Amino acid sequence: MSIFLKCEEANIICDKNQYKEASFWDSVKLNIHLIYCKFCRQYSARNNRLTKLFKKSTIKTMPSDYKTAMKERLRQEMTK
Amino acid sequence: MPEHQLDPTKWVDAYADYLYNYTIVKVNDHEVAQDLISETFLAGLKSAKRFKGEATERTWLISILKRKIIDHYRRKNSKKGKAEVHIDYRDEDSEGEWLEERVRDPFDRTAEDTMENEELGEAILKCLDTLSDKHATIFRMKTIDNFDTEAICNEFEITPSNLWVIIHRARTAMAKCLENSWL
Repeated sequence: MSIFLKCEEANIICDKNQYKEASFWDSVKLNIHLIYCKFCRQYSARNNRLTKLFKKSTIKTMPSDYKTAMKERLRQEMTK
Repeated sequence: MPEHQLDPTKWVDAYADYLYNYTIVKVNDHEVAQDLISETFLAGLKSAKRFKGEATERTWLISILKRKIIDHYRRKNSKKGKAEVHIDYRDEDSEGEWLEERVRDPFDRTAEDTMENEELGEAILKCLDTLSDKHATIFRMKTIDNFDTEAICNEFEITPSNLWVIIHRARTAMAKCLENSWL
């Protein structure tokens, strides 16, 4: 296994990192890759900004069981 | 033929999250928000005949929701038997404090932050709409609802590497969509 990643691999590890799911060894390889790859550095920076944006937004989604119930209710009303 | 048409079967998928975020900032209670949205959809269904097609579905639903939110506050006030503005004292000791002392603190940016967050939430949901349904759902579950990778993989019957490719495409698209105004 090489310590040099392809850009696609590096990007996927970078994505995993946003959810704290990259392994330690993967993060090390990513950091090595970022030293010499300008494009992945850019992708990485943008990806981090996107994560921060989501944290900042406090956006919430409606619980899915409630959505299902609401759909059912609407469907019933429509057939009346 | 009117410019816009209604399709109530798609309402929940298309607008529930959007309306939910819109409401939650204003009523600050999840259950109340859900009830108001459900009322909004039902009212929309009832008055669908009167939809002239001049506005988009989204705008039209928001205008119904706004009225529901106002009604909610009216009900809340009349229940207490008083329709005036309430001022809740922060704690018992501060009873009788001068109103002037409670004017807006110019260094407190909460109001602006709330407004900015509301706009940001709106922008995010709009960008999510530009993804395909499957990608949007998976990305949403992973990023906003914080589901485990494994749980999502099981639900959609995909492998983790499939999931990460989808996440990668979604993130790239979202970054591109949000780039000009937010990133």
